[in-house]
Amino acid sequence: MSTVVDATATQDAAARQPAEVLAYYPGCSLHGTEPEYDESLRAVVEALGVAIAEIPDWNCCGASSGHTTDQLLGVALPARNLALAEAAGFDRVLTPCAACYNRLAAARLAVAEDAALAEQMPDILGRPFENSVEVLGVLSLLREAAADIADLAAAPRPTPNPMVGAKLAAYYGCLLVRPPEVSAGDDPEQPMYMDEIIQACGAEAVDWNMKVECCGGAFSVSRTSSVLRLGRAIVEDARRSGAEAIVVACPLCHTNLDLRQRAMESRGEPRIPVLFITQIVGLALGLEPEALGLKRHFIDTEPLLSDLRVRAAQRVADEKRAAEEKAAKAAARAAKAAEAKAAQAADKTGADAPADAGGDA
Amino acid sequence: MTTSTLSSLASEIEAAIGVNPATCYQCGKCSAGCPMASESDLRPHQVMRRVTYGSREQALRDESIWLCLTCETCSTRCPNSCDPAGVIDVLREIAIESGMANPPRSINAFHKSFLEQIRLNGRLHEVGLVVGYKLRSGALMNDVTNTPGLLSRGKLGVLPDRIKGVGEVRRIFEKCGVTP
Repeated sequence: MSTVVDATATQDAAARQPAEVLAYYPGCSLHGTEPEYDESLRAVVEALGVAIAEIPDWNCCGASSGHTTDQLLGVALPARNLALAEAAGFDRVLTPCAACYNRLAAARLAVAEDAALAEQMPDILGRPFENSVEVLGVLSLLREAAADIADLAAAPRPTPNPMVGAKLAAYYGCLLVRPPEVSAGDDPEQPMYMDEIIQACGAEAVDWNMKVECCGGAFSVSRTSSVLRLGRAIVEDARRSGAEAIVVACPLCHTNLDLRQRAMESRGEPRIPVLFITQIVGLALGLEPEALGLKRHFIDTEPLLSDLRVRAAQRVADEKRAAEEKAAKAAARAAKAAEAKAAQAADKTGADAPADAGGDA
Repeated sequence: MTTSTLSSLASEIEAAIGVNPATCYQCGKCSAGCPMASESDLRPHQVMRRVTYGSREQALRDESIWLCLTCETCSTRCPNSCDPAGVIDVLREIAIESGMANPPRSINAFHKSFLEQIRLNGRLHEVGLVVGYKLRSGALMNDVTNTPGLLSRGKLGVLPDRIKGVGEVRRIFEKCGVTP
């Protein structure tokens, strides 16, 4: 008996005290063209009780221009950030941008697998580097918290969870699933780890074909025509699958599908909003759209949100009415039963001369 | 097959990333999934063939290696672990080193402007990137219509965000021998 009490006490203590502070590497896009990813991530980790602290004086990971130009540069630029996190005493670094995640995790792997490279790093970086910090993507973090998300999303509250029943297309693109030895994803051809987070929010993840196709990534500025060709195929397939929004976890995918969607031929079809997974989770947890940066998108999210709110209110009203009807029916049944019982008792009383109620035991 | 029949380029690639391009048996699965195949003269399996048996110069001067988005679909699907994306990464690097790189002007302008921003500030400053890109590429009117929308949504920082350790970042560029 006492062991049970002890275990509960330990659990309570663990719940009160955040066990780990994660280093946070926002990357340039979250400080630039996609601040809503940063805002929504900060709001969601706070709601989930996860503590993060930005790596002081972090630098750009080099993105695809770094490793496309020089392999060593493609390792050394992200490695400086790992070295800074290490020096500050962190064990894991949270990296929401899929491209930054890919570069940091690829650098960690390259240094771990190549002793000569590992030996070179302190000289190149001009600081000690043990390669001790793990790299954590946002989908992995949310998957760890999926049970908490599901509980909070299903908890009763004044404004109902608008995500229940929303049809969403989980778009992974390249870097959340490839290369498989660097990505923390599940199946590189048919990943489900974002779909599962969407389901934890109460929403429906649609089946579709383009979830791991490339959006054109880094050619957004330098070869926009390719990005429009690739993006159009993704948007059209999402629409065909009945999705009401596309969900991403990469700022570059967001730029290419949100900002660039307006330049894609749509054959008169309505534009489809593109939301970050952190915005979906935030809405499911009851956070305000303003706190999640939803007003910053190019494709307006408000028509979808008001539709979802109306549907949620309708659902709650329907559920309430159904519950009331059920209660009324049960009450009617109970009343009828009581009436029958009373009639039976009355019959009995009428039949047997001694008028003593409760004699039917 | 012995390594002596391999081109010098294939040997250089093997030395750099431990992949022997000659082990590619030309199934074409990489090209079937390549998002840029329809826009490239040489598709990934053809690049693999050329680096193994073709002329070194032709392989390095080809524009197709610069149209690779590094999406890694080819390397993920390759049934013989030939890593076409890794091979193409090394090809670009050798092409730059040997002065044979022939990227489309816009893509070259983008990479150079991107790296220049990092060397200057330690982080990417998007306004600086776009200005540098326009000057290098000549695409002056590109994306001009998006600028007001980006500004009103708080998506463009006018001033660069220079880090304190920018000297360390410049040292990294020097140590890697890269001058954007």
